[in-house]
Amino acid sequence: MKGLMKPVTIYQTIVVVAFIALLEVLCLVGVIDKVTMPPPHIIARDFVRMFARGEYFSDIAVTMTNVIIAFVSAFVIGVLTGTVLHGYRTARDVLDPLFATYYAIPIFAFYPLFIVIFGLGDGPQLLIGFLLGVVAVIVTMLNGLDRVPNVLKKTARINRLSPLQTALQVTLPFCAPYLLTAAKLALAYAFIGVIGSEFILARTGMGYEIGFAYTNFDNATMYPLIVLILLLSIFANGLLSKWETVLLRRRGQK
Amino acid sequence: MNSDDRKPLRNTLILIGLILIFWEGCYLLIGDVALRSPWQTVRFLGTLMQTDTFWGHLSESMQAFAWALVIAVAMGLAIGFALGLHRLSGDAFEPMLVALYSIPKITLYPILLLAFGLGISAKIAFGAIHGIIPVALFTLTAVRSIKPILIKTGRVLKLSPSLMVRTVLFPAAVPEIFTGIRVGFSLTLVGTVLGEMFASQRGLGYLLMNAISLYNVDLIMSVTFLLVVFAATVNTIMLIIDHRLHHR
Repeated sequence: MKGLMKPVTIYQTIVVVAFIALLEVLCLVGVIDKVTMPPPHIIARDFVRMFARGEYFSDIAVTMTNVIIAFVSAFVIGVLTGTVLHGYRTARDVLDPLFATYYAIPIFAFYPLFIVIFGLGDGPQLLIGFLLGVVAVIVTMLNGLDRVPNVLKKTARINRLSPLQTALQVTLPFCAPYLLTAAKLALAYAFIGVIGSEFILARTGMGYEIGFAYTNFDNATMYPLIVLILLLSIFANGLLSKWETVLLRRRGQK
Repeated sequence: MNSDDRKPLRNTLILIGLILIFWEGCYLLIGDVALRSPWQTVRFLGTLMQTDTFWGHLSESMQAFAWALVIAVAMGLAIGFALGLHRLSGDAFEPMLVALYSIPKITLYPILLLAFGLGISAKIAFGAIHGIIPVALFTLTAVRSIKPILIKTGRVLKLSPSLMVRTVLFPAAVPEIFTGIRVGFSLTLVGTVLGEMFASQRGLGYLLMNAISLYNVDLIMSVTFLLVVFAATVNTIMLIIDHRLHHR
């Protein structure tokens, strides 16, 4: 049974393969002209070539470092804030309208302001990535903490655990699936924030290089880099989703 | 009942007060070099609104945004209904849509620019791809969770597919769909502005980018302020409607 693919997986594979084949045909026939997009097999060749030559490794390193810093800081600060905030009903009530409208606000609009305040560099990019992710983490964390069963809290109290011990041994382990959801969101937002900022205005990074290649009609650089970003974010997201499903299944919630 | 109704309003007012205090505090801390106080920002926005060029940019942005939203909602609903009604397709496409949702879509913008050319159509397309996925995902979930008895009744009455969607599925799924449209609204706005910031000669996003090169802090602050107030206001109104729909 294990060796057999599920119908859904077969379906998905067919869709992806068909999509790429369609692009290939459209490009070769000339419906999509060469200036707009090279056929997928050329993109694949350029992709391999880019890696073989080791081009743009420094840009990739810069972007990935910033993504990781933004992700980790949004996750850690979000979890801490969520945990503390959970104890203060009034503060939470006051912040509730902010949480509800936060993602309606175009955070990227603040990027020019941050550049003026902090100068053009990693700072504003990190801040955008952090700001995009942190509220999602806080909200997910609060959501998880709301669901901790009373019996667990009582057990902690009977065993006279300190607040820190309770958090580390009872509530945080219970919230593990929520923590993963939060991590998934924070990572996606860190990607979007950092790469988006690099696109708008920056001196290094993958987003900057794509923008640069675009202005120079350098499709041999632009498309492989775009494909790389898409693959990286889909891969990271898929990995965390899989882990999330495993955790939820273990608890019989899925 | 009455005090319960007023509580969110009171909290919102406290929150706005706190944000204004924080803003003023930042201004006092950083100073005129990079920030303006709330009052200065509002005053500059007032003078900005008396210029014709500003209205030109605003109407360009709003036009692009409106078209993008219409396309996002229409296509999102179509995809959501199609996938929601077919189990296997829904199962196959849902994780793919979620994966697409999490990618930095800005990377696709150069492709759209090459395909559509510099101009309003590329912006519309870019705004729309931000909004389509949430609308589709929420619609998909909504259609799937419709009570089977409603669908069975429709079948017994031999409703045509279009009649089925219009009289049974759509009304039953409206609350969830509205949530999707609310999320789609925000993301479409983000997408449109982002597109203008990357490559455009017109619109509020362009105005923002132009202000950086001119180091015009007044302009940056007031355009950002305008965008935030617009997004927050519309979202709050939609949240209230959303809440009412879900509690019918």
